[in-house]
Amino acid sequence: MTARLIRLAAAAALPVAFAACSKTTTTATTTAAATTTLAVTTSKPALTGTLNVFAAASLTSAFNAATATLTSANPGLSITYNFAGSNALVAQIQQGAPADVFASADQKNMTTLVNAGLVDTPVTFAKNKLEIAVAPGNPKHITGLADLAKPGVSVVLESPGVPAGDYTRQVETQLGITITPKSLAPDVKTAITQVTTGEVDATVVYVTDVHAAGAQVTGVPIADNLQPSITYPIAVVKATKNPTAAQAFVQSAVSGEVQKALLAQGFLAP
Amino acid sequence: MTPAVLAAGAMALVVLPLIGLLLRMPWSSVGGDLADHDALLALRLSLECSLGALAVSLVLGVPLAWVLARRRFPGRSLARALVTLPMVLPPVVGGIALLYAFGRRGFAGRWLYALTGWRLPFTAGGAIVAEAFVAMPFLVITAEAAFRSLDRRAEEAAATLGAPPGYRFRRVTLPAVAPALAAGAALTWARALGEFGATITFAGNFPGTTQTMPLAIFQDIEGGNSGVALALSLVLLAVSLIVLVGLRDRWLGGT
Repeated sequence: MTARLIRLAAAAALPVAFAACSKTTTTATTTAAATTTLAVTTSKPALTGTLNVFAAASLTSAFNAATATLTSANPGLSITYNFAGSNALVAQIQQGAPADVFASADQKNMTTLVNAGLVDTPVTFAKNKLEIAVAPGNPKHITGLADLAKPGVSVVLESPGVPAGDYTRQVETQLGITITPKSLAPDVKTAITQVTTGEVDATVVYVTDVHAAGAQVTGVPIADNLQPSITYPIAVVKATKNPTAAQAFVQSAVSGEVQKALLAQGFLAP
Repeated sequence: MTPAVLAAGAMALVVLPLIGLLLRMPWSSVGGDLADHDALLALRLSLECSLGALAVSLVLGVPLAWVLARRRFPGRSLARALVTLPMVLPPVVGGIALLYAFGRRGFAGRWLYALTGWRLPFTAGGAIVAEAFVAMPFLVITAEAAFRSLDRRAEEAAATLGAPPGYRFRRVTLPAVAPALAAGAALTWARALGEFGATITFAGNFPGTTQTMPLAIFQDIEGGNSGVALALSLVLLAVSLIVLVGLRDRWLGGT
């Protein structure tokens, strides 16, 4: 989390340092003939330059999975991701962090940037569902959200403003239950880590986070009639220095390689 | 470049961010922001936990400083190096280390949890341990230096007059090192008050139990609630300045 602070500070002040401490930097080095290209660039020259994609933490696995394909099709393109809670990314972009694309896990955070005039018109590219993540084998025999409100079950939820946490509190209200978390996490990945390290018994994240965590956690589904509408919007940041690549990435998230990676990770088509 | 220019650069590096913070401060709403429910919780918790960490540091750290200064034993240099390690160790690494020792699955914490059902993470006790881990070295090195530089003839005189060791320590040694201890305690408290990385990693982040001021600032700035974050930052900046001004004779050479 200190790393996140460092990223926040660096993103706001020092683009060079920012690139150095972000989680994933992929620079294509291959010159082999591209077999796959971004949908939008099939008849255009390959994309070049750097692209900073600020994306909700829940998109980590899917976006990382798509990177290899994108950069092998565009050897001159270097994609850097900044994964965090959508609200933290909004704060960073408002402070002038060098983002080219923003992908949010809810409409509310995207609307903040739309209203501030900082992003182009967003487009919805994926849907998701909430799921309870518990220790492998579900030792506490958790069957639903109501069990998380019971004493003796320690839970971590995401902070207010973080989409997954806000969605969960929405369902709590609907069910008339109150879950008292032990701690508030800044994003879904931090929350699920508290379960995999065994510090808490359960958390509420997305189906796709449980999928990405593999055997480290067991997922307990939440009934469809309780699922809030979880839609992911993506938009080009107006201050981008690489609008061509930014637009291509957005297109790819809607109907290209990135969309394929999303579906493979358990996201639903919009 | 002349030294004066470089010196001005150094001053700018330190002073400009402070000016930036003060320029952005929403002065008219600072009072209201500090009266925010979670801000008040964070203020109170920070005060309690930092004083708790100071108490732990005094009770454990002063005897340790005395032993390091006065007793000769094998491995003393190693002990001295280990004690000061948290001063240079990144606090987040300290937090992870604390978790693996005292967390619910930690090698010591799991026994505590199995026997009592009690654990340090997610409790104010955890925040105190994290703060003490990071801040105690400041007290130990200050106190050890004081014990070392103390003129031992006063203690020896007391001994020849028949004062027992405990009495000598309380009535002769402690009063002589009191100013140094006070300075070390102030630094320790200020460091504990500002602790972030070890606390959020080990103790967690929840209003009223573990969300101290730095954690509340982090959450508010991530959540776009910069008013509360800035108001709390102002409190921490003011406390830091007060501590430094109070210590200026000792640490800044005075004027």
